[in-house]
Amino acid sequence: MTSIRSTASEMSAALAAGTITSVELTEAHFARIEDVDSDVHAFLYLDKAGALAQAAESDAKRSRGEAQSPLSGVPLALKDLLTQKGIPTTCGSKMLEGWRPPYDSTVVAKLKSAGVVILGKTNMDEFAMGSSTENSAYGPSHNPWDLTRIPGGSGGGSAAAIAAFEAPLAIGSDTGGSIRQPAAVTGTVGVKPTYGGVSRYGLIAFSSSLDQAGPCARTVLDAALLHEVIAGHDERDSTSINAPVPQVVKAAKKLDIKGMKIGVVKELQGDGFQAGVLERFHDGLDALVSAGAELVEVSCPTFDYALAAYYLIAPSECSSNLARFDSMRYGIRVGDDGVRGAEEIMNLTRHEGFGPEVKRRIILGTYALSSGYYDAYYGSAQKVRTLLMRDFNAAFAQADVLVSPTAPTTAFKIGAIEDPLAMYLNDIATIPVNMAGIGGMSLPCGLAPEDGLPVGFQIMAPAMRDDLMYQVGGALEATLLAKWGAPILDLAPVLAAK
Amino acid sequence: MAAISRDDVAHLAKLARIEMSEAELDHLAKELDVILGAVARVQEVAGADVPPTSHPIPVNNVVREDVVRPSLTQQEALSGAPAQADGRFKVPQILGEE
Repeated sequence: MTSIRSTASEMSAALAAGTITSVELTEAHFARIEDVDSDVHAFLYLDKAGALAQAAESDAKRSRGEAQSPLSGVPLALKDLLTQKGIPTTCGSKMLEGWRPPYDSTVVAKLKSAGVVILGKTNMDEFAMGSSTENSAYGPSHNPWDLTRIPGGSGGGSAAAIAAFEAPLAIGSDTGGSIRQPAAVTGTVGVKPTYGGVSRYGLIAFSSSLDQAGPCARTVLDAALLHEVIAGHDERDSTSINAPVPQVVKAAKKLDIKGMKIGVVKELQGDGFQAGVLERFHDGLDALVSAGAELVEVSCPTFDYALAAYYLIAPSECSSNLARFDSMRYGIRVGDDGVRGAEEIMNLTRHEGFGPEVKRRIILGTYALSSGYYDAYYGSAQKVRTLLMRDFNAAFAQADVLVSPTAPTTAFKIGAIEDPLAMYLNDIATIPVNMAGIGGMSLPCGLAPEDGLPVGFQIMAPAMRDDLMYQVGGALEATLLAKWGAPILDLAPVLAAK
Repeated sequence: MAAISRDDVAHLAKLARIEMSEAELDHLAKELDVILGAVARVQEVAGADVPPTSHPIPVNNVVREDVVRPSLTQQEALSGAPAQADGRFKVPQILGEE
């Protein structure tokens, strides 16, 4: 029996078998959203009419016997930093309040052409800068495991929607961990594809050399199905890779990792990692060994500098990218009284439109790029990036994939971390992947004994070998599931209508 | 000595076109000083022989065929404008300033 708790693959099979229609499935998800989203606050905007029309179109095509993509008719939640024509897109910022983009991002165009039903836009830290969604101008999202805690960030809305069964699939974006860390703290699966694997056209830019959209789901196979829908070369993104999409669905179904070498990164464990996180991470390692893989310890000494380099490179690129919000062509305009000049209005608009974290990063980036400091800060950070890539190359010479805990801790309480530097530490294990442009996945590996909250297991694969992380992730998930007897989300509190 | 002063932050805010209150400047100068102190360690690790990496994939001068294709209409392009007039973006005065 198909329900909102089914996986996307199960929904796909039920749609194909005709035991449920896409309209019924879509209505069931809107009913769930109505019941729980006042608590979870995963969504910023719901497009009920548009979604039901997409669902009806999928049903009509199916009844006519027209070829259907595997995810046709399956609902999805879209992070609010991807443009969808005519649908409000805020990027979690007041700057874009009320803006309705005149075009579809390539990701959205691909979802639409595959018949995926887009339910609405999900909450996020403003312009994807944050690890908790607390930086959203529209208030934080809440973790379905404990509503007083953060669902991670920046894509906390997408992860929370999946964990709360408001959608079986979602799209996130990952600049330093914004897909993987939310997946880790909500007990879901999130994948950052190889940089250039998914088009950035219509993805509102934060840090262009790091940003990458990717799939969020409840299983590795579901993530793979969505990955294949959104990936591929796009001539509208000059950094899009012109090569065949790795066969991630096939890899996720393999469930065989005998003889594969798993590199355990020495620098991504120990100090700064919560004891229960490490304990569950080691359960994951044991599961990989029991499935026939071989563990090797690898050392990536430059990883200790990755966070520092990231917090120069990402703010530098952000200070440049966010210069586009000038109050002239789109977005809000503040203080236009017919007397003030353009520059003053620009200054006032950016004062009002940006929140504290965005301003902090723009100023930091402006500093790092300014004459006299460029070499010492931005230039040095770029050299660290070279060393990080060398570390990865050396490690991948010894192992097929690398693994670590995804995040150093489980979900913390909303409001608990006020110091920006302490907040940045959430990304310590996820950032190296973005800096090197390779692929990374997070999947659940259990609940931390001290707080009963989900722990994420990260798998990293060489560039354009995304299939390897799906292969290892699929086998790890199957092994853990056999041990647990039920999906981890069955242990989450059942949220219900008030 | 602080890596960054309040006056520096005021200057950077001006460059970045962000109006800032006195309280914001005070607060941000302290925060940025701590953050810069932490990220300055990037200077410790790489020698002069290490080349910089600005981008994870080595692509250069990517172009596409120069052909006319459908694009946004004038009305669509203007649809998000805070103000418009005669089919154009209407902006506040830009002359008469310093």
